[in-house]
This record gives sequence, C-alpha cells and structure tokens, in this order.
Amino acid sequence: MKSRIAFVAFNTFREAVRDRVLYNLIAFALLISAAAILVGEISIDVERLVVINLGLTAVSLFGVVIAIFIGIGLVSKEIDKKTLYTVLSRPVRRWEFVVGKFFGLTGTLVVNTFFMAIGVFLALLYVARHFEKADLPVLAALYFIVLEFFVVCALALFFSSFSTPIMSALFTFALFAVGSLSDELRGFARMATGLKGALMTVCAYVVPNFSAFNIINQAAHGDGVPGRLILYNTLYALLYSTIAISGAVLIFQRRNLK
Amino acid sequence: MAAIEILDLEKTYRIGFWHSRQKLALRPLRLTIEQGEVFGFLGPNGAGKTTTLKLLMGLVPPTAGTARILGMEIDDPRVKAQIGFLPEQPYFYDHLTARELLTYYAQLSGVPAKERSARVAAMLQQVGLVESAGVQLRKYSKGMLQRVGLAQAVLHNPKVVFLDEPMSGLDPMGRREVRELIQQLRSEGKTVFFSTHILSDAEALCDRVAVIHGGELQGVGAVAELTPQSQGKVEIIFCAPSVPAALTSMAIEARVSGDMVNAVIQQGQQEEVLDILHRERIRLISLTPVRSSLEEYYVEKLRPKESGKGAGA
Ligand SMILES: Nc1ncnc2c1ncn2[C@@H]1O[C@H](COP(=O)(O)OP(=O)(O)O)[C@@H](O)[C@H]1O
Ligand SMILES: [Mg+2]
Repeated sequence: MKSRIAFVAFNTFREAVRDRVLYNLIAFALLISAAAILVGEISIDVERLVVINLGLTAVSLFGVVIAIFIGIGLVSKEIDKKTLYTVLSRPVRRWEFVVGKFFGLTGTLVVNTFFMAIGVFLALLYVARHFEKADLPVLAALYFIVLEFFVVCALALFFSSFSTPIMSALFTFALFAVGSLSDELRGFARMATGLKGALMTVCAYVVPNFSAFNIINQAAHGDGVPGRLILYNTLYALLYSTIAISGAVLIFQRRNLK
Repeated sequence: MAAIEILDLEKTYRIGFWHSRQKLALRPLRLTIEQGEVFGFLGPNGAGKTTTLKLLMGLVPPTAGTARILGMEIDDPRVKAQIGFLPEQPYFYDHLTARELLTYYAQLSGVPAKERSARVAAMLQQVGLVESAGVQLRKYSKGMLQRVGLAQAVLHNPKVVFLDEPMSGLDPMGRREVRELIQQLRSEGKTVFFSTHILSDAEALCDRVAVIHGGELQGVGAVAELTPQSQGKVEIIFCAPSVPAALTSMAIEARVSGDMVNAVIQQGQQEEVLDILHRERIRLISLTPVRSSLEEYYVEKLRPKESGKGAGA
C-alpha cells in the first residue's frame, strides 16, 4: 500500500519536473536578486525587512499558483486522457492513487520551496552581510508556507473531483483569497448578530484559515514564533487536508471513468 | 473454476447535466469463459464491448449484476494482480520513455524489485521496442503505442488478459504481430478475452466468440458452431509499394497501406496469385483463410436491428 502510493507520487513528481514546472525558479531567482540589489542601493536599515517580506510573499504566491494549476489537473487530467485505465486495472486502489498524486505535487512544491528558500537566504546574506538569530523566524514562516501549499493542493484536488478545471481553479483561488482574510472575517462575524451573525461565524470557521499561516511580517521584524502556533498550524493543515482529500476520494470512488 | 463468469452485468449511463437522462449501454449479460480459452467479443461500434470491459476492470460501476474472475469477485483487490488490460486506443504518460512506463507499471503490479528490470527488458524485446525504449512516448507513432500497450498488458504475467480492439488502427504487419502475440498467450495457457469489430481477426484466433449488438448478446459459440462450413476466401498480405498489374488484371481488389498490400481472394485463385508474387519476387507476409460465413451470420443477425433503429430515429 505504502509503496504503491510512493510510486504514484514519484511519477507525479517526475512529470512535474519534465513539464518544466521548476522553471518558475528562474523567474524567482531574477526577482529576488533584482530586489536585493535594488534595496541594497537605496536604503540602510530596511533591506532585511524588504527582502524577507518580498521574498516570502513571492515564495507563497508562486507556490500557490503552481498548487492550483497542477492540483486541479492531478486526477481530472488522468481521467480525460485515460491514463488511469492502465493504472486502476492494476492492484492500485483509487484512494491510493489520489493520495499518491497529492504527495507527488506537495513533494514537488517542497523541493521548489527548498530552492526558493536558498534564494531568500542568499539575498539576505547579500544585503545584511551576515546571518543573525533574528533570521530564524524566516524558517518558521517558510514552514507555514509549505503547510499552506498542502491545504491549497488538497482543495484543488477536492474541487476537481466534481467540477471542471476552470471552475475548480476559480473555487480554489476564491477560497484562498477569502481564507487569507479569515482573521477579518472572524472579526466581522463577531460583530454581526442574529441569523446573519451565526451564518457568518460558520463561514468564517469553515473557510481555511490561511491568515494563520501568514507570519511573513513578524518574520521580517525578527519576532519569535511561539511553539504552540507551530503545533496548532501543523495540526490544522493536517486536519484540513485530510478532510478535503477524503472528500475527493469519496467522490472519485463513485465516478465512471468515461 | 471458470476464468471469467459474467453474471447478468448491466450498465445504464446517466447523462446530461443533472444525470437525468439514461443511456442503455449493456443489457444483462451472462457469459462464461473457461481457462485457456481465446474468446472473441464481436460487435459493431457502439455495441457495448468497451462498456463490458470497463465493467470487468472496475473502471465503471455496474447498474446491476456481478462478475467473477478466477473465482474471485471483481472488486476483490487480489483479482487485479492476475489480469492484464489493453484499453481501446491506449494513451500513456507521454513524459515517460517506454522503459520508464513499463517499470512504473511493474512497480504498481507488484513485480518484485529484483525481477523488474529483467521483466521490462524481456517485454521490450518481445514487442520489438528495444531501440526506442529510451525515447519519450510523446514521440511514438500509434503502432508503437499499441505495442507498448500490449507489453504493459502482459508485463506482470497475468493469467487472464483483456484486450479492447487490439488490432484496430494497425497496419497489416502490426495486426499480424498482435495475432502472433495472442497465439503465444494461448500457447502459454493464458485466457484471452478480446473485443473486435473485425470478423477475420476473430475467426483466425478464437476458440469461441460472442456477438453483441445494441447492448444485447446475439449469440455465443465456437466459430464453426455458429456458422456452417465456409466457402473459402483467403486474405493475403504482401510487401509491395503498389498493387502489381498482374493482380489488377485478375480483377482482384487490394488495399495498399504503407509498403504493404492487403487483398481478399477466392481460394481458387490462390495458386495463381502466389505464382505471380513469386515471379515478381514479392515477399509474402501472410495468407489467412477468411470464412465469410461468420460474416454472413453477423450481417444477418445485425441487419434487422440496424433498420429497426433507423426507422425509429
Ligand atoms: N460514458 C458514457 N456515457 C454515456 N454513454 C456512453 C458512455 N460510454 C459509452 N456510452 C454508450 O454506450 C454504448 C456502448 O458503447 P461502447 O461500450 O463504447 O461500445 P463499443 O465499445 O462496442 O463500440 C454506446 O451507445 C455509447 O454511446
Ligand atoms: Mg469500444
């Protein structure tokens, strides 16, 4: 069971690499070097702030775009192209296939993020000339960004199990946008009353809380990250992805492969 | 124990946005195929052949009915290790090379790691893809993809092999190779269940055939049983860039595809045609008796349906 999931995951990773997904790293490298060189010229004290803020935001956005655009096709493309026929007529269960695809894409994103992280730290070294203890929260911020990718991939996979690729991309992107504002959403819900308040509260808590994963600003200021937040975010991402993937499996299990 | 027992398997697709309309694809089908048989599943396009195979592979859930393969229910995970499947017009991961694809499938089928590369190499050899084994499948021709498809279907040494239209879209050479492969599977004692709309293929290979039309079984039995003895025609295939003039003057109709010519002649003409080929130093590829009687059976069985359908529409 485990080995079949790993084989599917590895094949997904290999496909992403051969489809030149990692080429986004070139754009990222250009962006981060340009930023480092430019802020190095103009200011004295804000370079760290700018490089970390800009670098981590780019890491997050690049990854989310990849997660959505590959995530929506992970399973649906294989149904359309009928490559699934020769996989599912082997001793591979449908849930194993879905989980393998999920880990293939998240694995790709982890590798991608690893290289981007190197870029961010190099830029940091370039502007500040040395590393300091205050750089550690950047690692935590990167970890949270990876957690965010897990949830986005799971959502894209979930939506694509029952809707068209374009709709799935829209749904996932909308949830990502709304979820990034979920702190504000929860605030509004608290202020509203009655039925409207109740509905808003439900919404605010069902939408994935992406703002909890965003500690880019704190990291840029060198603020420490409480261990409890790391634990909570890890559990939250795990739970949310598991639910979304289970939903995708349940729907996929019943599907006719056309 | 039978190789395949189909027990009233039936399928109605639900179509339209709300899945409100129904499309009948297969009426309750009951068939038993014994181990070691080469079984032909015959029918025109849209007859329900692919649907039947997809039901057996667990790719679509049946509306009703069940099936057993080697005594196990088809949703039993152990079944999948014992079967091989070639889909209709197969399409594979085109970012992989043939060797990578077969290795991946061997992994998924649970071929032990030690045996994998030897197994893959042997299959590449068998289907004649050794030279292009390192080329990505996106560069493969249709005929080459079909060979990859055959290789992946028998890679893990399955006991029962399902082939959906294995010869369609192939040139005469490719068709002959598929026939040879099926013969070989037979000699290895495997059960082969293949669908086709080409009668001569079924006649040349099958122990028994079933004829299906409009989702309904029309008849099943040995080719000889379904049809009285034939009044022979012969399908002849040879290597030539065009139809030799000597044959055209005999009023023989022939099809040219690539550097191959395919003609159906009367048994009485056989000697003469072979003489001509010999004289012109043309290489003969194959000579297969065509029993037109199964064709007649087929046409007779299916004609009332077609016209009925036409009137209703
Ligand atoms: N996914 C599907 N949705 C709706 N109808 C289908 C689907 N697949 C096949 N059919 C219909 O079922 C019938 C049988 O099709 P099929 O099994 O593909 O025939 P064959 O393989 O013999 O050509 C056809 O009328 C076809 O239109
Ligand atoms: Mg078909």
